Amino acid sequence: MDINFIILKFVYAAIVVSVIMGLCSYAVLAERKISSWIQGRVGPNRTSLPLIGSIPVLGPFLTRLGVFQPIPDGLKFLFKEDVVPGHVNKFYFIMAPVISLVPALTTVVVVPFGRIVTDAGEVVPLVLANVNVGLLFLFAISSLSVYGIVLAGWSSNSKYPFLGGIRASAQMISYELAMGVSILPILMWVNNPGLEGTMNLFDIAQAQNGFWFAMWMPLSAIIFLVCLFAETNRLPFDMAESETELVSGFHTEYSSFKFGLFFVGEYAHMVIGSCVFTLLFLGGWNPLPFVTIDMLGWGAGYIGAALSVAIFLGKMCGLMFFFMWVRWTLPRFRYDQVMKLGWKILLPLSIANLIAYVFIIYYLDTSL
Amino acid sequence: MTDIFFYIFSILALACAFGVVFSRNTVNGAMCLIGTFMSMAALFVLLEAYFLAVVQVLVYAGAVMVLFLFIIMLLDVKESAARKTSIYTWAASLIGFGIMVIGVVAINSAESIKTKTANLPVAEGVNLKNFGYELFTTYLLPMQVTGFLLLISMVGVIALSKKTNTQ
Repeated sequence: MDINFIILKFVYAAIVVSVIMGLCSYAVLAERKISSWIQGRVGPNRTSLPLIGSIPVLGPFLTRLGVFQPIPDGLKFLFKEDVVPGHVNKFYFIMAPVISLVPALTTVVVVPFGRIVTDAGEVVPLVLANVNVGLLFLFAISSLSVYGIVLAGWSSNSKYPFLGGIRASAQMISYELAMGVSILPILMWVNNPGLEGTMNLFDIAQAQNGFWFAMWMPLSAIIFLVCLFAETNRLPFDMAESETELVSGFHTEYSSFKFGLFFVGEYAHMVIGSCVFTLLFLGGWNPLPFVTIDMLGWGAGYIGAALSVAIFLGKMCGLMFFFMWVRWTLPRFRYDQVMKLGWKILLPLSIANLIAYVFIIYYLDTSL
Repeated sequence: MTDIFFYIFSILALACAFGVVFSRNTVNGAMCLIGTFMSMAALFVLLEAYFLAVVQVLVYAGAVMVLFLFIIMLLDVKESAARKTSIYTWAASLIGFGIMVIGVVAINSAESIKTKTANLPVAEGVNLKNFGYELFTTYLLPMQVTGFLLLISMVGVIALSKKTNTQ
């Protein structure tokens, strides 16, 4: 293996991770702005940078948008006093925030974020590692992130975090099942007998040149989306935190940068979740159903590649907005309602959905 | 390169396995077990059995061990005090270890079992589609039997944990 190749991969990985982290910090800003918009407030509008802030019209405008807010937010996480309570299990207490962030950043490796047409006319994904079992890899690694929350709850060694950790582990296991079953119709369709077998996210996105999967598998899409909310611990499923009952759940004892890691981890999971939903159900980088980038005219070359990335990121940001919109609109479930929804409604529904699509896909395959 | 990774992950797997056996704290033990599973998944990757590696992480590290941790935390198992190991435990573990040593020696010395590098069987499982196809045609019976075993254990757990009404 060439050393240049390895260095190049490191550089690519660094770029992608920094983009994800940038998206996370601006997602926090977006969350604050959207919440204030929904609640009829203004949101962050004071933070200003010395030089850019004093440019006549642009400076005040950017300041009012709150564009500079993520910088002091990040610095605050870094420089606040880091309190480690005396009753915690130190090793796991320090490890937990790391464990909750690392899986999110690892899954980025298999997520394609655009495509480029090479000189030979081949369509190649823009992705760090184009692996055949990409989708499974993603599920496998993201299922590890629950340990961050569970260990944080356990190692804090006090009542509320502990309850938060227990809730999180039960909830994540329950919703993983329905989530896994809900995407099986898609895999059946992209692996049907005439085609080359694949679990590659790029191939799944490319299979949606016509209908997007969300259009003819709406139930799968809805189940997957609900499970995504549960897996990312976002309201209305934030049982692990649920301020009104558990103070702030698993991260009650955390402060400063350790809390910051949890915080960023949540948004990183949201970013990845939105990417996956876009790839699986919303046609990836196809601008509209039945319209591919190639039809727009500048499909080939770097402009087409940039366009595909832009469309993909646009869809992803739309989903992020949806996540935030739901958070500030719906009230939280009770815990028994969460369990009931997962086991008694979503799981049977996803299995019924799977069986229905077995027949539909069989019919489409044999008669068309 | 592959050799170096093999040694790294083998050592990691063994170290974690020892950690599972020797740690007094149950949560430590569970975390070590997760480490073992992860390094075994890495070994599968080195063997180019990507599907197996991913499933190893997905099923064992991602689901089974979460349940383990869940139970450990729910029961609030205290750190087991350093108590004297009984003579039976010693005898059983020695016998078990002896059988394992005999097995390893037997496999390594028997020429008929060893596979020459030249005539390795075709790795059908590398391609995901082949894997599924083989699983549901050639190896259908073993798979059904395994599934049935799991069903039996599940029924057993339900039967054991359900409170019987003696009245």
